[in-house]
Amino acid sequence: MQTPAPLEEYVRATSVADAIAQLEKYGEDARLVAGGHSLIPMMRLRLARPEALIDINDLDELKSIKVEGNEIVIGAMVRHREVLDSPLLFEHYPIFRECEKVIADPVVRNRGTVGGSYCQADPSEDLSALGSALRGSVVIQNSTGTRTVPMREFHFGPYMTQVGDGEILTEVRFPIRPGAGSAYEKVERRVGDWAVTSVGTFVVVKNGVVEDCGIGLAAVGAEHFCVPAAEEFLIGKAPTEENLVQAATLAAEGCNPSSDQRGPADYKKHLAKELTLRALRRSVQSSQGA
Amino acid sequence: MTAVEEAPLSPAGNPIGFGNMKRVEDQRFIRGEGNYVDDVNLPGMLHSAILRSPYAHARIKSIDTSAAEALPGVVAVITGKTLEGIPRPSLLGDNFAWMPTLSYDTQAVLATDKVRFQGQEVAFVVATDRYIAKDALELIDVDYEQLEPVMDAKKAMEPGAPVIRDDKGQTDNSITDVHGHKTWESGNAIGTAEAIAQAENDPNCVVVTQEIMYPRVHPAPMETCGSVSYLDKVTGQLTMYTTSQAPHAHRTVYAMVAGLPEHKIRIISPDVGGGFGNKVGVYPGYVLSVIGTIVTGKPVKWMEDRGENLMSTSFARDYHMTGTIAATKEGKILAVDVDVLADHGAFNGVAQPTNYPAGFFHIFSGSYDYPHAHCKVTPVYTNKAPGGVAYACSFRITEAVYLIERLVDCLAAELNMDPAELRLKNLLRPEQFPYTSPTGWEYDSGEYEKTMRVAMEIAGYDELRKEQEEKRARGEYMGIGFSFFTEGVGAGPRKDMDILGLGMADGIELRVHPTGKAVLRLSVQSQGQAHETTYAQIVAHELGINPEDIEVVHGDTDQTPFGLGTYGSRSTPVSGAAAAVVSRKVKERARQVAAAALECSPDDLEWELGRWFVKGDKERGKTITEIALLSHGSLELPEGVEGHLDATAVYNPPNLTYPYGCYICVVDVDPGTGQVKVRRFIAVDDCGTRINPMVVEGQVHGGLADGIGMALMELIAFDEDGNNLGGSFMDYLLPTAMECPTYELGETVTPSPHHPIGAKGVGESATVGSPPAVVNAVMDALAPFGVRHADMPLTPANVWRAIQGNPIRVDMAVE
Repeated sequence: MQTPAPLEEYVRATSVADAIAQLEKYGEDARLVAGGHSLIPMMRLRLARPEALIDINDLDELKSIKVEGNEIVIGAMVRHREVLDSPLLFEHYPIFRECEKVIADPVVRNRGTVGGSYCQADPSEDLSALGSALRGSVVIQNSTGTRTVPMREFHFGPYMTQVGDGEILTEVRFPIRPGAGSAYEKVERRVGDWAVTSVGTFVVVKNGVVEDCGIGLAAVGAEHFCVPAAEEFLIGKAPTEENLVQAATLAAEGCNPSSDQRGPADYKKHLAKELTLRALRRSVQSSQGA
Repeated sequence: MTAVEEAPLSPAGNPIGFGNMKRVEDQRFIRGEGNYVDDVNLPGMLHSAILRSPYAHARIKSIDTSAAEALPGVVAVITGKTLEGIPRPSLLGDNFAWMPTLSYDTQAVLATDKVRFQGQEVAFVVATDRYIAKDALELIDVDYEQLEPVMDAKKAMEPGAPVIRDDKGQTDNSITDVHGHKTWESGNAIGTAEAIAQAENDPNCVVVTQEIMYPRVHPAPMETCGSVSYLDKVTGQLTMYTTSQAPHAHRTVYAMVAGLPEHKIRIISPDVGGGFGNKVGVYPGYVLSVIGTIVTGKPVKWMEDRGENLMSTSFARDYHMTGTIAATKEGKILAVDVDVLADHGAFNGVAQPTNYPAGFFHIFSGSYDYPHAHCKVTPVYTNKAPGGVAYACSFRITEAVYLIERLVDCLAAELNMDPAELRLKNLLRPEQFPYTSPTGWEYDSGEYEKTMRVAMEIAGYDELRKEQEEKRARGEYMGIGFSFFTEGVGAGPRKDMDILGLGMADGIELRVHPTGKAVLRLSVQSQGQAHETTYAQIVAHELGINPEDIEVVHGDTDQTPFGLGTYGSRSTPVSGAAAAVVSRKVKERARQVAAAALECSPDDLEWELGRWFVKGDKERGKTITEIALLSHGSLELPEGVEGHLDATAVYNPPNLTYPYGCYICVVDVDPGTGQVKVRRFIAVDDCGTRINPMVVEGQVHGGLADGIGMALMELIAFDEDGNNLGGSFMDYLLPTAMECPTYELGETVTPSPHHPIGAKGVGESATVGSPPAVVNAVMDALAPFGVRHADMPLTPANVWRAIQGNPIRVDMAVE
């Protein structure tokens, strides 16, 4: 049995404002706990030792998936399972279902949250690849107000984000793109493992030309989980196999993976290209304008 | 033949004998009512934690425990120095800092001079609860001087390599066995070398050499290791609840190690949550819980967490093998020579029972008929955790089977011959049994070709090859892999086998109560093998008592006779035989009592299941239940016939049993990503008589999952700094249902001729037999790329690299 270090305080927040007030009260040694599937294991291994835990599981205001204007809004406390099952998300972007299906396992998906995944900011986080591909944004709130940060500016580096002390990520937003096709590809050593490499893409094809596209990559050292050069190359061109291969090649060139037990860097770089190509092909196929 | 006649059913619907029967153990397990060591809570019990080394190789300059001792709730902090100060009145050393291993080496209980692997035990804290004990670990200040670690077994014997065992006065990292040997040879070196040399010079022959590594893996039982020890200072009785596969052997070892009188030691292994060899050895943690109770006078619980289990307890394998196989171009195997570099970690803690220190590895000649075989094993110390024989390996038959089955496939590739055809050409034939192998094993029985044909029939082999051909034409890569394995299990005959001088016969006691209900007391210890079910079935088969009327007692040295425990698939071959023998003794007593009651000669009686009757007069007879009451009653018994209905037996097996099987694996490989999907797995096992086919199949299912795990993902590797890269379940991957196909099982039944009920061990068959089938299938899929071999685990990265002609070296960090 693993044994976390002593914890001074555990409180259940009653509202977003209350959560922020509690965070301010306990300062930098306080942590929010949502699904607890990253933080609690780290505490059990004593890799994390917050002095205060502020539980935000009661915050129903953060639990909805909805459309606002031309954006999809997902509350921070929405569970992976709800993303997986959401007809609304699937209707706009099949990538949500494809991505969630390969995140961890049902037990983790039942409990883990969207906000928790983004704030943990693991360099292998699938939702980060998805968010970067769709060029979403996150909403961060503190005691003075809220601000919206593009997903491609959200990360400072592995496990580091724009969410500061006394702040809470409340929702993530994704632009709706009529006619977009999307797909997610992941290689893992075993079901439930972190990605060796994963790639999510969307493509909007209109009149035989790629009008818009996004490519997000996890676990391969791509800055902000994306390689804009690959997207820029493809936009305005016909979605031919040759062009897709070139985009995938550019995507891989923009990655800087490191070797670890999941695989050597050369393999990950290869996967970045292979999976980008596969995801792009399927995205193009399913784009309604294609 | 079929296994046995169908047994009649008891009132509860269970077979009175052999057949499918639900496990009686599951009544408590599925209710969450099992009772494991960590469930044991004694009054006044203290908790403990072990401080472990962060380094693989470092000198301990000093240890300051004062801050830990000052933490409220801490009762004792024990270091190697403390242990050096406790005199030990035993033959095996003069203090408690070091203990003997099962291979006559020594192992530090708590490090005194140096730490020799990451995770080694350095200090022990006893406290009022587990959290405080862990908090106290952080307050212990150890001043280490880091030393260069030896992580690459291939470099361990290079001149100038850091010496790990300077405590023993060693000047290099060689391992010397109890006979004084630094290399362990078996078979005929000269004959094998000559046969290979001859083949090399014969245009009608081929010789294939392949380096094959079986990397380090871990048994990873669901329940980690632990113990609760209590020394009653008034009576001097030490009671120890512990996760042990061998309670009696542990008791004797504690008596010898600690100098405690054996009759004052009681070992209780309650429910054990999986063992796979991980719970055979004696770990420092167990010893420390005993020292904890000696020091504090209170019961002390020690329980590992997952990381501790993976990093410090018995690993398995870690064999760097080079095999050479010679054959004619028609595919007749002539000779096999094997050279092994064996990585034993920092202490030689191998548990194995033979004079040959590489255990059963020299059974590598496998299931094939050829005259010349030889192996040489060179063991070395490295800065890794000790252990060496664990994980359902039948004392290293796992490595042996993997080696020969891979070599045969490499030969098939060289000859451009179908691997099934090559095997069929070389399998031992029924008339050769009992067969003596070139390294001296006497296989008891087998009809190998029949078993292989059954497997090929289930697989639809010819259609599979056709499908493969069509797919290759489309650029799709499927592979079909074979494994034909022979195991030797049921250690073992007293004349040949022992562990630390303890012979491997198993005791047993059967007592039939006056009302005809019975209790059977076993020396072996279930860790999930369903002994409480299957042993009752053996007695039921022999005596006709309903299995639900037979209580099976095990796991408590005060309640059971002596025996060496459950590992190496030995329970059914040895203790299962004992159960049949003791039942037959009771049956014979019952005959005497029945004869007295029926006023006839015992010779006039005939047996039918559950009843003695007068020959020619079937109506005149006594059931076993009636006899039970008569034998406890006032019936006058003839002189020399004892009353009551009970017996004891000790079974000394005349030989091992040799289960075997043919496995076929079908995989699909995505060459773009290197991902392997195991699509089908066909397993045909011949383990002789099946006592409970459902239990056998359950064990086979588990073993196949084990094998798929080892072939595709399980691995303990180390980086050059000595860090263990498999120390959590995030890094040490076990397969899930998603990686395992729906298994397709088959059976043939060739009883063991020397076992009382014709049964052979089966617990490890699937773990032993399945990895080569998976690897052979993947290599078969990759044949169009010119790939002949890549080492396990065949992760997507490793498969992709193999296609690029650059497979990963798996035992070190991936570069």
